[in-house]
Amino acid sequence: MSAAIETSAVGKRYGRAWALRDCTLTVPPGRVVGLVGANGAGKSTLLHLAVGLLRPTEGQIAVLGRAPGDDATQLARVGFLAQDVPLYSRLSVGDHLRLGAELNPGWDERVARARIDRVGLDPSQRAGGLSGGQRAQLALAVAIGKRPELLILDEPVASLDPLARREFLADLMELAADGLSIVLSSHLLADVERVCDHLIVLAGGQVRLAGDVDQLLAAHKVLTGPRRDPDRQPADQTVIQQRHTDRQSTMLVRTKQPVLDPSWTVSDVGLEELVLAYMAAPSAATVGRAAAPRLRSVT
Amino acid sequence: MIEFRIEPTTGVSPYRQLVHQVRQALLLGVLREGDQLPTVKEVVAAVAINPNTVLKAYRELEFEGLVEGRPGVGTFVTRSLVDSSLAAHAELRKDLSGWLEKARRAGLDDDSIAALFESTFRSGRNEGVA
Repeated sequence: MSAAIETSAVGKRYGRAWALRDCTLTVPPGRVVGLVGANGAGKSTLLHLAVGLLRPTEGQIAVLGRAPGDDATQLARVGFLAQDVPLYSRLSVGDHLRLGAELNPGWDERVARARIDRVGLDPSQRAGGLSGGQRAQLALAVAIGKRPELLILDEPVASLDPLARREFLADLMELAADGLSIVLSSHLLADVERVCDHLIVLAGGQVRLAGDVDQLLAAHKVLTGPRRDPDRQPADQTVIQQRHTDRQSTMLVRTKQPVLDPSWTVSDVGLEELVLAYMAAPSAATVGRAAAPRLRSVT
Repeated sequence: MIEFRIEPTTGVSPYRQLVHQVRQALLLGVLREGDQLPTVKEVVAAVAINPNTVLKAYRELEFEGLVEGRPGVGTFVTRSLVDSSLAAHAELRKDLSGWLEKARRAGLDDDSIAALFESTFRSGRNEGVA
């Protein structure tokens, strides 16, 4: 099975400014991917590249093994919910489904109708009169009706109230349980922790961290102990973030080895702490760019 | 049937919360041998978490010999935890009460006791003792 998304040194430039640079990623299929980063970090640019709404200035991108937006077949394989949930406010819920059926060769009316029924949308109601949650659900129904293999959502729940958000995410997770690959961007790290099993952190147009959540959490430790110089950390520990008082040091390190130094109190890192550290870290600490580990003699 | 809850604010990963809740239900007799756990789809629809998290939790419980997945049917409880451990509870509780009294006599307040327990529990777990 091809990767859901595979990029190689992808960059996108608007005028003189690079929105995304040197982005190399492999997103395995069947994952729910959380794309996080500050505003302007390049999230929407990456998503638009994956959908085929933008073309890269440099580098290559493949979605489900093919160039995005290549032809009608490829377009049908990827569903997209843009940030502003674009609907035709004068058209009814039923009109939107008819539009979906006319525009998508592989349209599955049963699936789309079932979603509309389940969330209690009235087919005769105009889209302009729907609540935020209902709009999101209608957009999801249209996106799912085309039976995509990959669903891409740009901040899908940002404007929803807590209840609508929970219902929307539960519906997404049901689709994931059926094998749909999902990529979603979000600022809500608690949601990301709940629903995502793969994480991509962007900052300043670059990938700072990417991988399966379990592996990322297992590869990082928080060390607390008496104050010390970070340069004296073992070579197999990359310091991502550090704080020092005159007596105490706290460091977030990435390491494959267990931390054996008894003067450290070692604790696991939470997803939110990890994401925030990478969003704030200087780019030298990004994955794959760590200094090559030196060999250490074992006595 | 057990109903799961996921608390986002505890700092405990959703996966651990699921495993913990099943174990807790087994210990308290809420779940018994032969009971079916909710399907992955039912769990994700109820609490909006990643389906792989549920699968992982069920695999862990299966590895511990507490449940068994029957392909195409569901996941079932294979072992009750009630008999084996409930009997020991009373004595352990007595020991613990004695220890707590000793700690208070030594001048530890609630926070100190919790901190001491937590750090001992953790270091014991890291050494594979607990």
